[in-house]
Amino acid sequence: MSSVTWVGISTLVRKEVTRIIRIWSQTLLPPAITMTLYFVIFGNLIGSRIGQMGGFDYMSFIVPGLVMMAVITSSYGNMVSSFFGAKFAKHVEELLVSPMPNWAILTGYVSGSLFRGLMVGLIVTIISLFFTQIQIHNIWIIISTVVLTSIVFSLGGFINAAFAKKFDDIAIIPTFVLTPLTYLGGVFYSISLLPDFWQKVSLINPVLYMVNTFRYGFLGVSDINVGVAYGIIIAFVLILGFISWYILHKGIGLRS
Amino acid sequence: MQVKTDDNHLAIDIKNLVKTYKDGTQALKGVDLQVEAGEIFALLGPNGAGKSTLIGIISSLVNMTSGEVKAFGQDLVKNRTDVKAMIGLVPQEFNFNMFEKPIDIVANQAGYYGVPRKVALERTEKYLKQLQLWEKKDTISRGLSGGMKRRLMIARAMVNEPRILILDEPTAGVDIEIRRSMWSFVEEIANNGTTIILTTHYLEEAEQLCKNIAIIDHGEIVKNTTIKDLLKTLDIETFIFDLDKKPGDALLKALDARVRDDNSIELDVPKSKNLNSVFKEIDAAGYCVSSMRNKANRLEELFVKMIEKNTRQAGKKDQESQGGAA
Repeated sequence: MSSVTWVGISTLVRKEVTRIIRIWSQTLLPPAITMTLYFVIFGNLIGSRIGQMGGFDYMSFIVPGLVMMAVITSSYGNMVSSFFGAKFAKHVEELLVSPMPNWAILTGYVSGSLFRGLMVGLIVTIISLFFTQIQIHNIWIIISTVVLTSIVFSLGGFINAAFAKKFDDIAIIPTFVLTPLTYLGGVFYSISLLPDFWQKVSLINPVLYMVNTFRYGFLGVSDINVGVAYGIIIAFVLILGFISWYILHKGIGLRS
Repeated sequence: MQVKTDDNHLAIDIKNLVKTYKDGTQALKGVDLQVEAGEIFALLGPNGAGKSTLIGIISSLVNMTSGEVKAFGQDLVKNRTDVKAMIGLVPQEFNFNMFEKPIDIVANQAGYYGVPRKVALERTEKYLKQLQLWEKKDTISRGLSGGMKRRLMIARAMVNEPRILILDEPTAGVDIEIRRSMWSFVEEIANNGTTIILTTHYLEEAEQLCKNIAIIDHGEIVKNTTIKDLLKTLDIETFIFDLDKKPGDALLKALDARVRDDNSIELDVPKSKNLNSVFKEIDAAGYCVSSMRNKANRLEELFVKMIEKNTRQAGKKDQESQGGAA
């Protein structure tokens, strides 16, 4: 990578990180409040009556899923709002006229979303310590899964923002696709509780692989094969990464 | 127009540039244009003529349909990164983040061009000071006046110290004092060797700053020459004479003049006629001239005539093609 490109990426990342910290009450605080409510209601109040799930008490079981849910929502939300905002207000042109390569623009934006996703993940993990003790089975699986998942949803947010023409368009995917996938992705339950048919249906949900791999990093248990899960997550990174680069290369939704 | 043979003398060399939008609108119909290195070049045209499309293609914001664009001999398609690095753009519309501070907007833009942070901040200070914005460096940009926002975009475009600066109506909506200070700034950076392409609706601006001019209309260059040569083609000028008393019919008839207001007349004077003879006629009729001025900007007059003529021709072509199709 040339020093010129590196300066460009670091400038874009600095800009994004500054923005995220400047508006922390919109970027970092809401998931902390939402997840605290989940911990109180599902973990403490309802969870205490559920008993064990996958061999662990319910609160310990849902913590990795809820952390992952917050990371997914924040990474996607950051990219879609930041990039669509730049497109809508036309200041994305600052980047389009610059000599920064397309992959560098994408890297800068994804890094910003990754920062927000990881910050939110860390905050939610710290909050969960007020409700339960966290055990760590394999820290490298935890870190690699959360980073890869955040990248997948940052790229998804980028594609959504590139095609969006109005603010409604950036609300549709999170509401009608992202939330159902996350809720049905094994955050709150083990798919072993489901009938055979619904277990098989669940396997087409990519979020299931991310949540289960992440949970495996904490608890050492998973509904699915961790190796297969890594393969699927990495495939999503590559495919969505290529689509995003192609969008920038062709200027789809950006250049007339 | 001068014949240019050496590519190195050309900051911009455009050949047969065509742009057709997805809806079928042909915004550029085979534009050829050359801009010499180091000059301030004016690009004029009515709204919708194709100016912004042309500028958009040069600055990589619009994809071309066909043709060739070179900047200092580098092909835009083959060496896009190198060409982008040479260009600074001041667009017509405000296109910066209104919630950021001027210092961040300008320094970040330098970063996107690969200027290290320390140098970027030094240059930011330099250009914000030159454009009288340093005092406002930490103000949220939304709170700046229209003129300040426009100067902020100029500072942002200059921070990568481009070889070619494109100014798309840079003085629109700014008061005369700021406009004149911006002219001085533009002349100063041109003196330092930056090539400037300027689009403007203020034709006196083009007359004041530029040597060469291209007029674009309906996606075609209808004139590409020096301003001096263009003005030579003006055969009639309209003058206003303020007199010491109300003009009578005899004077109006003798001069073939029109009444403008109580004590003023206006008359068209052909280039072939000497103004002394006009003064003599007024004097002989018993009037004194207290002051005299041009009715309109000369270039504006020419521009309007040229566009009207082109519009008539375009309409005629359309009628013919419709007739042919029928």
